[in-house]
Amino acid sequence: MSAFAAMLRRELRLSLRGGGDVLTLVLFFIIVGAIVPFAVGPDRTLLAAIAPGIVWIAAFLAMLLGLERLFRPDHEDGALVLLRQAELPLSAIVAAKLIVHWLVSAVPLLLATPVLAVLLAMDLDSFGRTMISLALGTPALAAFGAIGAAVTVSIRRGGLIAPILIAPLSIPVLIFGVGSITSPQSSAATLFLAALSLMALALAPFAAALAISSAED
Amino acid sequence: MTDRQVFSPLRLSASGLSCGRGGMALSSNIGFDLANGQALLLRGPNGTGKTTLLLTLAGVIAPLAGTFSAEGADPDSRWLHYCGHRNAIKARLTVLEDLSFWAELNGPTGMAPLEALAEVGLGKLDGLDAGFLSAGQSRRLALARLLVSLRPVWLLDEPTAALDTEGHALVTRLLDRHLGMGGLAIAATHDPITLSDPTRLGVLQLERAS
Repeated sequence: MSAFAAMLRRELRLSLRGGGDVLTLVLFFIIVGAIVPFAVGPDRTLLAAIAPGIVWIAAFLAMLLGLERLFRPDHEDGALVLLRQAELPLSAIVAAKLIVHWLVSAVPLLLATPVLAVLLAMDLDSFGRTMISLALGTPALAAFGAIGAAVTVSIRRGGLIAPILIAPLSIPVLIFGVGSITSPQSSAATLFLAALSLMALALAPFAAALAISSAED
Repeated sequence: MTDRQVFSPLRLSASGLSCGRGGMALSSNIGFDLANGQALLLRGPNGTGKTTLLLTLAGVIAPLAGTFSAEGADPDSRWLHYCGHRNAIKARLTVLEDLSFWAELNGPTGMAPLEALAEVGLGKLDGLDAGFLSAGQSRRLALARLLVSLRPVWLLDEPTAALDTEGHALVTRLLDRHLGMGGLAIAATHDPITLSDPTRLGVLQLERAS
């Protein structure tokens, strides 16, 4: 257990001390949302109607942006080979990385969502539901992203391939994510979203660990 | 050597081992037999597959042919340390944080991290951001990782790269003690290594596969 805690501590330190990374994601998230009113015009009803979709698209793109730093730095400096030799199973190492990845990329987005809600003229009710839907859905995005990042880690410039790989996996997350905000059966969509996240979180560490250990260095 | 034996009997053997990258064989028909307290030096010109052989033994690359076995290895725990030519050191972590992390991850079965830092000559740098270490100091930190978790087999790829004369002596000292404790080591190096007991040392000359 202390090995798992040490892994979490290391990942948190590395992410938070490179403070600029977190800020980049948040700014990207806000910018994607902020340019929409300029593109579609200042029609408040139209904006409010498409706001849930915009927020989810912004979150999806921002989460993609952070994928590169999940395994690639460790691959480049040789740490990934050593992590494969660690006493802690590789799937647990990936799980620790995944938890920290969610904490430093999804949680800041959640905190920045009020800014987007104001820019996109959301009402308070759909803002609340957006927060819940992002909180429930982003773990699935992070988990699918981890699988994509693991599969492409040994490919040079694989950072561009990972989004293509995980886009089909992420589509259900977007459908149920937006559905849980706007659809008349929003509670069913919310449950589906939660189920997707749980399933993805349970599978991703093993799938990503398998991808890493079957890749030649 | 007066060190007590801490490792249980272990025998590494390979026969007809052939390894390569990208489907191309670099070295073929490698065979060796190594018991507790023995070291094997891999020699050979650049591109003869020394690193590839070490990675194959570490289980990172699948061998093209042949077998490799470790008799007596504990199947429930990791029994080898791989020290590659990339040092796997993170800027933004202090030297001590980096070493403590690997100690926790691999099991703190060896020296305490501070003691290991003093041993490799980084004693006063424990609070420094590891990104500021020089190439030789990074190498020393990578070697300290071998000391904080006890594992019977060391696979060393150019352990003396970037090290000064004192650093060469350090590598020899660490190897001597590891072998004295009943450990095994396989090292790829171009530098001469003189152990206190030369009978422990075997040499495997790798040739370019034709």
